[in-house]
Amino acid sequence: MVVRRRHAPKPHRFSESPLLQLALPGWRSRLTALVLLGLFAVLVARAFYLQVVNNEFLQDQGESRYLRDLEVSASRGKILDRNGDLLAISTPMQSIWAIPVDAAKLGPMEVKQLAELLEMDVKELNRRLASDKNFVYLQRQVPPETAARIAALKLPGVHQSKEFRRFYPAGEMVAHIVGFTGVDDKGLEGVELAYQSELMGRPGRRSVIRDRRGQIVEDVGGMKPPQDGKDIRLALDSKIQYLAFTAIKDAVAEHQARAAGAVVLDAKTGEILALANWPSYNPNNRANLKGPQLRNRAVTDSFEPGSTLKPFTVALALERGKVRFDTVIDCAPGRITVGNATISDAHPHGLLTVAQVIQKSSNVGTVKMASSFAPKEMWEMFDALGFGTPPALGFPGEVGGRLRPWKHWRPIEQATMSYGHGISVSLVQLARAYLVFAREGDLIPLSLLALSEPPPRGLQIYSPETAREMRTMLEMAAGPGGTAPLAQVPGYRIGGKTGTAHKLEGGVYARKYVASFVGIAPMSDPRIVVAVMVDEPSAGKYYGGAVAGPVFSRIAGGVLRSMGIAPDAPALQVAGGTRKEGLL
Amino acid sequence: MLRLNMILLLVAVLCALGAVTAQHKARKLFQAVEAEQERARQLEVEYDQLQLELSTWATHPRIEKIAREKLKMVVPAPAPHAYLPGRGR
Repeated sequence: MVVRRRHAPKPHRFSESPLLQLALPGWRSRLTALVLLGLFAVLVARAFYLQVVNNEFLQDQGESRYLRDLEVSASRGKILDRNGDLLAISTPMQSIWAIPVDAAKLGPMEVKQLAELLEMDVKELNRRLASDKNFVYLQRQVPPETAARIAALKLPGVHQSKEFRRFYPAGEMVAHIVGFTGVDDKGLEGVELAYQSELMGRPGRRSVIRDRRGQIVEDVGGMKPPQDGKDIRLALDSKIQYLAFTAIKDAVAEHQARAAGAVVLDAKTGEILALANWPSYNPNNRANLKGPQLRNRAVTDSFEPGSTLKPFTVALALERGKVRFDTVIDCAPGRITVGNATISDAHPHGLLTVAQVIQKSSNVGTVKMASSFAPKEMWEMFDALGFGTPPALGFPGEVGGRLRPWKHWRPIEQATMSYGHGISVSLVQLARAYLVFAREGDLIPLSLLALSEPPPRGLQIYSPETAREMRTMLEMAAGPGGTAPLAQVPGYRIGGKTGTAHKLEGGVYARKYVASFVGIAPMSDPRIVVAVMVDEPSAGKYYGGAVAGPVFSRIAGGVLRSMGIAPDAPALQVAGGTRKEGLL
Repeated sequence: MLRLNMILLLVAVLCALGAVTAQHKARKLFQAVEAEQERARQLEVEYDQLQLELSTWATHPRIEKIAREKLKMVVPAPAPHAYLPGRGR
């Protein structure tokens, strides 16, 4: 500090200082104090600004150093069969992705190593890494062990994230029911699609504090627990499904058919125990998947069922009291003219009772019975049986078949519909309609899921007496002298109806056939309904009884055994040596 | 007066140390819980994988193949069966 002296220096004594005699002006100290105070005020204001007014920035910066929002993954629900066997399950996998800009630093050796681990071509990998995007998947759904080895390489710009892969241990035999998911864990087909919202897991979120080493040390609020998808237990029995699947697969090979389908229903509950289609595909490897393989024919394809529809017409005639089971109908000479068309039987018959009309599958007899109904009556019955309306199982692409409104029916149409032409149904609809005969004339809804208790009685369509009489007739049809003796199951009483329908091609009936059989077993106390359809058998045989009948026999035999249903065929050898007529 | 202040200071220091220890312990325990939860998740995943493996071994085609080819099992001929009277399902 420069001090101006007012007086020239003058001699002074040792004990006194001339400095002390200097007189400083008072404003200087006040100015200093004021400046310091001012600076303090600035500090306080700045602190106030940072802490109170604009505190977000610092808060964010601080949090970004220790607080982390983690996503907690949730897994997709399993799909199980009625016995708890796995049909679909998700296991965690890793997907390997890269940020190409960062990964540009990779040496050729490292790229080669990575390509080997990913089982990829080096060129392909280089092509992907050369992408100008910010993010590129190198490989998805890599097994955890491989992913761990890739992580150990510590390659710059190569990252991993967790995802799930779906496995289908039962493979092709349940492919159409279970369906499959896409790479993003979204259902694309079958139950996977139908129950997507229930199966889907909902990932949770949590905020945590991490320490320097990246370990989680504390949970801070804002937690949302992950919700795993629900497990779905189907009504399907994988053993029965296997029986049905192999039976139709063999039938397609034997008869050189285009396709085949089978449906097994529990007559007491309406549960779908099996629903098999051929051709099928392996849902675990869908590389060469084609459209026809993908089709769940039993549900999405409708066909003209042919004679399998006759029992419904005849049952209506019985129900309305137009005929009794022993009323004689003249079916000679095996032809009948309706309008200007002629309907004929495959084999001409003479006089037949109503029961024999079913047994021998006479078109003429059925048409004669149908001609006594008003179109509305018949339409109402078909409609009540569920024809023309999709069964609402939740499958994608379910069809309702074709049932034209009765107001526009011509007599010939009514006549052909009585024996299953001019009307189309899906195999599932047909099987369901037969529940009325297997039960006491009532129709219950089908269930894809396992039920904990049987449903209440359904809509009454025929009286219990009619259903009982029709069961007897169906048993005759599958017995000696009927159209389907090959459908017999040793040890059990069964009944059913064959169908052999010409296929419509471009509006004309071609010489191609759909052979079908719908049966009920065991007759003493019906437990199952089995419907079999074989499309275009072309190895010579094409009658329902010859093609679909044996398939029914094989499936029904296996199902009855696997369900532990006691044989009810007469004259059984019972342990202990006594003979009994029927166990049930 | 000075004595009281010293005691209060001591108490304050002890409390502070206690808080630090408690926090440390809490974090240790939290980490242990985290580790166990992670292990539980791992075990769940492993269980699922084992289930998957089990069902792959137990596919019906495989069982049938082994039963027929290796164990030479056959479906009994339909004719003479002796049925034991019992509970049907």
